[in-house]
Amino acid sequence: MSRWVTRVVRPVLWAGSALPLLWLVRGAVQGNLGTDPVETIQKVTGLSALSFLLGSLAVTPLRQLTGWNVLNRLRRSLGVTAFAYALLHAFSYFVFDQELSPVGITQDVVKHPWVLAGFSAFLLLIPLAATSTGGMVRRLGGKRWQRLHRLVYVAAVLAVLHFLWLVKRDVTLPLYYIAALAILLAARFIPRRRAEAAAAALAGR
Amino acid sequence: MLIRHPDDFPSRQITDERLFQDRRAFLAAVGGAALVAMPVENLLAASRKLARAAQDKLTPYEAVTTYNNFYEFGTDKSDPAANSKDFRTRPWTVQVEGEVKKPATYAYDDFVRGFTPVERVYRHRCVEGWSMVVPWMGIPLASVIARLEPTSRAKFIEFTTILDPKQMPGQRANILPWPYVEGLRMDEAMNPLTLLVTGVYGKPLLPQNGAPLRLVVPWKYGFKGGKSIVNIRFSEAQPRTTWNIAAPNEYGFYANVNPSVDHPRWSQAKERRVGEFFKQPTLMFNGYGDQVASLYTGMDLRKHF
Repeated sequence: MSRWVTRVVRPVLWAGSALPLLWLVRGAVQGNLGTDPVETIQKVTGLSALSFLLGSLAVTPLRQLTGWNVLNRLRRSLGVTAFAYALLHAFSYFVFDQELSPVGITQDVVKHPWVLAGFSAFLLLIPLAATSTGGMVRRLGGKRWQRLHRLVYVAAVLAVLHFLWLVKRDVTLPLYYIAALAILLAARFIPRRRAEAAAAALAGR
Repeated sequence: MLIRHPDDFPSRQITDERLFQDRRAFLAAVGGAALVAMPVENLLAASRKLARAAQDKLTPYEAVTTYNNFYEFGTDKSDPAANSKDFRTRPWTVQVEGEVKKPATYAYDDFVRGFTPVERVYRHRCVEGWSMVVPWMGIPLASVIARLEPTSRAKFIEFTTILDPKQMPGQRANILPWPYVEGLRMDEAMNPLTLLVTGVYGKPLLPQNGAPLRLVVPWKYGFKGGKSIVNIRFSEAQPRTTWNIAAPNEYGFYANVNPSVDHPRWSQAKERRVGEFFKQPTLMFNGYGDQVASLYTGMDLRKHF
């Protein structure tokens, strides 16, 4: 089981992670990224970042549900992929929308909550990506690493708000992402509470 | 009405597409000679003019007809073209009612009979921050209004889009309160720039662009241009318009293009011409200030956004 995951599932996942990027690169080369190429780039990178982020948050609940601890080995690649797309997404904004103007970016971030939410989510993901290696986990120590990586919950909430607030009227898609995130976050409390209840019952006896 | 700008928008002043293609050669030849002959300020002014004209290059027909906001056919930009293939634009009637001397329901052909369509190249600025340059064909609304003879009580004009959920899948969802209603103050409606559009690129209008009849008000955000119009109503009171009802803090009745009044959620200072990578500054009244600024003298455009 564990070999199957590391030998097959993980490489497939890595390859799949590159698909949205390859699709964009192909479109750019062939010149058919749609009528508004920048919009296409920002949509694809943003949706990919959010999807892989939710994917990384799905690992723990799935592991608890199935008992397959080996799933943990997929979490890092999902998280790193999410960051890579967030980086591309943010970069396309810095370059195409703001022409790398620090003043322009600052004003936009300060004035517009949806930009602030997206920008903060991106900033929060940076330390997580930087500490994603095994070496960094050891250096920080498991406890501290885990505490730091709880920032992902904040980043995910900010990311879905960023999506919700940019939509003009039809909030269907952002609401799906919000619902998915809500389920993934809620799933983290249920087993623990059940375990706590069991422990309390034992103690009471 | 006193028309102070006799030839309001000379579309022939927009640089010919062939000239754009040749503009490097043009610059090299003319510019080279000009460098020698012209004072620097003139040269700068000339190059600025040319740059502005280059920015107003026509948006390709393909983009104009496949990248649309027409929520009646779905909220994705590609939905209107995809979902309007079987939309019937004939028979079509336009009902005229309210403060008008001759209320009537016209067959479309009777409604437009006797008018000669004009071509107008207009900048089109969407409230979302993208823009196009479109060669519309249409009838100046002022001449239509003159024929319909509104009464002296008519202060506003209201345009209603067809309500037909069977043909318009977007109307089966409560994205907006249907049918779509847009409106103008009478002086805005009478402005020579305001156009009842029947075609684009010299061809009849396609459903995704609002066939058979739509409004284009080039100094306002695109949503002011009601599409597939079936009802025109003259009224004394300001019409209740769709986006204003849906989100009054975000979309005003006037909706004039204004780079210094942001949408509550995003900036309106810049816009991206579809197909381009970088943004350009948005112009006050979308660059039509000379023709329309006087309509709003003394009005607080922050309040009446």
